[in-house]
Parts: sequence; C-alpha cells; structure tokens
Amino acid sequence: MASNAAPPILEMRHVTKAFGGGLFDRAQVVALADFSLTIADAPPSITAIVGESGSGKTTLARLLLGLVEPTSGEVLFDGVDVQKLNRQGWKEYLRQVQVIFQDPYEVYNPFYKVDQVLETPVRKFKLAPSRARERDLIEETLQAVGLRPEETLGRYPHQLSGGQRQRVMVARALIVRPRIIIADEPVSMVDASLRATILASLVKLNREFGISLVYITHDLTTAYQVGENIVVLYRGTVAEAGSVEQVVREPRHPYTQLLVGSVPRADPRHPWQGERDASGEAARANARSCAFADRCPKTMPICIEQHPPLFQTDPDRVVACYLNREAPVIGGEELSKVFVQAASPA
Amino acid sequence: MTPRPEAGPDRPYVPPVLQVEDLRVYYHTLRGPVRAVDGVSFSMPPGERLGLVGESGSGKSTIALSLMRMIKPPGRIEGGRVILDGVDLLALSEEQMRRTRLADIALVAQGAMNSLNPVKRVRDQIADALASHGGVTASQNGRVRARDPRDVVPDLLQRVGLRPSVAGMFPHQLSGGMKQRVVIAITISLQPKVIVADEPTSALDVVVQRQIMETLRAVQEEIGAAVILIGHDMGLMAQFVHRLGVMYAGELIELSDVLAIFDEPLHPYTQLLIASLPSLERKGVFQGIPGLPPSLLAKPTGCPFRSRCPSAMSVCTTVAPTLREVRPLRWVSCHLYEESGDRRQETGAEWQDQQAVGGYQPAASG
Repeated sequence: MASNAAPPILEMRHVTKAFGGGLFDRAQVVALADFSLTIADAPPSITAIVGESGSGKTTLARLLLGLVEPTSGEVLFDGVDVQKLNRQGWKEYLRQVQVIFQDPYEVYNPFYKVDQVLETPVRKFKLAPSRARERDLIEETLQAVGLRPEETLGRYPHQLSGGQRQRVMVARALIVRPRIIIADEPVSMVDASLRATILASLVKLNREFGISLVYITHDLTTAYQVGENIVVLYRGTVAEAGSVEQVVREPRHPYTQLLVGSVPRADPRHPWQGERDASGEAARANARSCAFADRCPKTMPICIEQHPPLFQTDPDRVVACYLNREAPVIGGEELSKVFVQAASPA
Repeated sequence: MTPRPEAGPDRPYVPPVLQVEDLRVYYHTLRGPVRAVDGVSFSMPPGERLGLVGESGSGKSTIALSLMRMIKPPGRIEGGRVILDGVDLLALSEEQMRRTRLADIALVAQGAMNSLNPVKRVRDQIADALASHGGVTASQNGRVRARDPRDVVPDLLQRVGLRPSVAGMFPHQLSGGMKQRVVIAITISLQPKVIVADEPTSALDVVVQRQIMETLRAVQEEIGAAVILIGHDMGLMAQFVHRLGVMYAGELIELSDVLAIFDEPLHPYTQLLIASLPSLERKGVFQGIPGLPPSLLAKPTGCPFRSRCPSAMSVCTTVAPTLREVRPLRWVSCHLYEESGDRRQETGAEWQDQQAVGGYQPAASG
C-alpha cells in the first residue's frame, strides 16, 4: 500500500520540535519527537491526529503549516522543504494547503463583512476574471458547504452563529480548491447539533472535491467518525496508528485503551469501563523511557529502559508498546505504510 | 405544574431539597429584554443528580447563576421562586444569601480551576472559604461544632483524592485536574445540600474528566448532596445523572429519567439531538439539526422549536406547549403528546402505582 511514484503533498520526516533549552530557559520541552507522516497526493485521504493537551498535536499542525521550524527533520511540500520554499513555491503552498482553526470567531475581523474572507483569496489568487464571476464562485462555494448565500453574505461575523461562521471558514478553505486541508479542532467550539453538519461538509470536501484532510482533535469519537486512518499521540510520540476501525474498536496500546474507556458514551447503559489512570508515580521513568510508562498499568522494566519502537501488529496498525514485541518492528518513516486507502464512499 | 416525584404507595413522600418554580431571568439590552430563562420549573429530591443539557444560549448557565443569585446586571431575575429546603432564596437579604452560598448551595463554576488565587497555598484557600462562613463545619456524626479550618484541610483533600502534601502547594504547581479537585474540596467543605456544577470538566481531557466526575460522584454520595450538572455533552450526562432535563431557548422542554430519555426521547428536539451524537460503536452518516434556535429578543409565538421541528403542526404556531407529565415521571413540553387520547385519560388512576417505576428514588428517611 505504498504511495505511488508522485511525491506526497505533505510529508514529515523524522521531525522533532523542542521548545526552550536556550540560554535562559534550560528546561527543554520536546513537543514532538522523531515524527514521520506521509500524506499521499492520491487517493485523497482523511487522517485523524488524536491527542490530549500536551500531546503535540497543535505543534504538529503548526509544523505542517510552516508556522514553526522543526528543531530537526524536515517538513516537505511536493518534495521540497517548507522552510526553504522560494517565493513561487511558497505562494503555491499557500494555495494548496489550507487550514481551518478551532475558534470560528477569532479568525474574523469584526469590522469587515464575512464576504471579505471569501473575496480576499479569490482576488489574491486571481480565481475569477470579473466581479460577477467572483460572486458566482463565492455563492457556489457557500452552497457546497450547506450555507445559503443570501443568508450569509453581506453580514458581519457577529450576525452569524458559531456553526455558520465555521462553515464560512470551510468555504474559505474550499474556494481556492486546495489539495489538502488541515483542520485543527474545527468543531470543538460548536454546539452538538451543528457539529455533525460541519463534519459532514468536511467529509464532503474529501469525497466530492478530492481534497485530503488532516483532522486534528482531542475527540476520539469524531476522529472515528471522520477519519480513515488515525494517529494517537501521547506526549509528542506515536502511541498507536493505523486504520481507525482497528485502533478505536480494538485498541492495543494501554494509552489508547485508557482513552477509549474514558470517552463518556452517550448511553446510560454503557458506563465508563476499563482501567482508570494507573498514576504509577513510583515508576522510575526517565527521558529515555516510554512516554506513558509513569501512568501505564502494565509497565515492565524494559519500558523504563527505552522508548518502544513501532511494532506492526496487524497489516494496517502499528503500536509503540513492548507488550507487542513479538510483532515486527518498522521504522517511524514507514508509519504511513500501514494506512488503509480510502474506502469507496458509502 | 412543578415536576416533582410524588408520593406513591411504595414510596413515602420525601420533601424536595430544591424546588424551582417558574424561574424567569432576562438580560436587559438596548434592543429589549433577552429572555434567557423563560419560566423554568423543576424540583429535586435530596441526593439526586440532575442534568441540564442544552446548546449555547439555551439558558443553562443562567439557571446555574440564578440558583446562586449571582446574576449581574444587565441580567435580572424577573420572577419565580428558588426554594432550598423550604427557604425561598430569592427572598433572602444579600447577607443571608452570602451565608447560604457554599454552606447550603455551592457552585463549581465553568473554568473554576482558574479562579484559584495564584499567590495563596491550597491550604489557605480552603481555610479562607471556611473562615468566611465562621469556620464552622459539621462533623461526621451530624453534630456541628467549631473546628480549626486547618484540621479539616487534609481530610478534605483526601476525600477528593489528593495527597495531604498538596495543601502546601500553589495553584501553578498543580495540573488542571488537581486544581479542579481542590475546587471540589472547597465546594464540599461545608457540606452543602445542593451542588451546582456548571461544565466542571469543560477544559479537561477525557481521562481526567472521568476521574473528576467520579470524584464528584463519590463525595456527593458521601455527603448526600444533590447535584445539578449543567453542560452540553450528552455523553457526560448519560454517565453521571439520574434524571435529565433538556433546555431549548430558555425553556425546559423535556425532563425524565436518564435511561428513559436515551431509550425513547419524546420531544422532537431531544430525538434529533440524540440522533446527531457521534458514536464509537458504528460509523454513520452525520445528521445535524437544520436551522437555528430562535432569537431570545423576539421569541416567536407558540413553540420555540417549531421552525426546526419535523413534526410541527398548526397548533404549534399559535399555542406555546407547557411542560407536563405525559407518562409516569416523563415530562415533556410538546403538543404531540397532548389531548390525543395518549394514555392520559385511561391510565390516570394507575399513575400513582407506577411512580416507583424508573426515576431516582431517594432513600426514605427514617
């Protein structure tokens, strides 16, 4: 299931990002450690990145967007290091890689009508030959994300609901027809009844417009619903990755198991199950240990000695846990090889 | 029309610890009053865990603040009664209310963990709370006697699952989950009868969220307090509460035992809300609720949900439905369940016998 000959749209190769550790702040925090991920150009995919706060998921987003420079390793766009893109390459990148942020309010300038966020990219990238065509394009795009143009255009951000604002953001990302959209917690500030609508419009972009999606979230449930493949991050390292069905339905890493068991199911007959946090603070975990060793209910001596590599337990799953050490080890850069390819739309 | 469990043959009458009657809270803006809470009534037996769930703007947090009488201008409690153990809180003086807060009804506010004083040790923050209420605390066997607040601190910390050494720490040395435990320790320090928890875990990760909710449940059961959990997460409600109330546009539109609501939601809004929830069990199609809640500035006549309701009838435009008990212990505000011969007339006499079915039943006192 390796990618085709064409270079991937986005690729992270052994990326590490550490903060601090400078002259004044000795304590270094490794936000992301030796992380590799490949988003192939085709077929369009949906990759969910799941982690709690401090897992490095937002750092990962910022690295993909070129907003922070890796401490080591590279982020490649069409095979070229994002940090070394020339003017033309950077412009291409800005068009092909779009982002949707968490807060659908902060990204708007309250003094401008919402039309402005849609007009700007159209003009910047010269997508429409005339104002009339520009209007058509904007209206088409709004309709594609389920908004009625007459109820949306000409209004100020505060006149729209949170769900509408976020869908305008989806439209803004779509209007330039990018190849990939990075969505960082796009629905965590939106009400439950509207959440489904936004997720549906994101999935529609993937299915109908062939846009790949990196869906970054703390919410395992929506990750399962949206994603084909999932990467579970824990303190900057991969705990488990692979097809969403395997990882979420039959988790193998003790951390994924804890996470799945802690999700409050919307079913009073299905109470919280499984182990709670072990909080084994006594474990002599150190910088070389497995990142989860101090909380893991199944810590073994080897977990303290060294961080586990990725064990490929199934054709489409890897687990970074010594409980699976019978399975073959694969290198971090091969992570994306276990990803399943897009299933045909249901 | 106050929804409250009545006495039945198998069920001695337990007076409710909290009764809210026709509560109305408006925010007065230049464009007119925003009816944030518009005639909400419910009551709770001692020890019950009641959930109030709703989208942003449904009035759920305003209810939390009005129960504590902490509504600030331009908001104002326009009417209704909040009766805590026989005392109408809305009729108390400001000083009486100050003494009632924390001692009888305590609030775990949204983001409360960030309200700890950054320059005070945990021990002193808990002692402060006690001192402002005379440093009196009830001892285990029910007798009330004065104690040095500092004696109580280790005990309180232990009850919320924290080591005694946390007493000497400052908030910045604690994780989010530990801070929220400290807040819960303060909340239960005077053994209130009612705890109002407004999204107590909204900023926490799911693993920590579960620990905090299990801690809250443990201490609540220990001191016998009733808890009102306010939030938007149906999953959390399903895991925590006995009874669930669903808010929409400032009104309580359904109130039932939590199992019954999830098994068979009655109000069309509740039905759509539950259908829209993503599940870990199966991948499905995303089904949102089309449309938006009405403006609370100019609420339409009739039912507030009618513009989004798939079952709307002509009567819904003109007549506002009221919350009524359409089946034993199942309260819903919807014309679909009215006057349709819906078992209402035939079974009226049998209702009393069925009161014991479902719902939370407090232990009979004595």
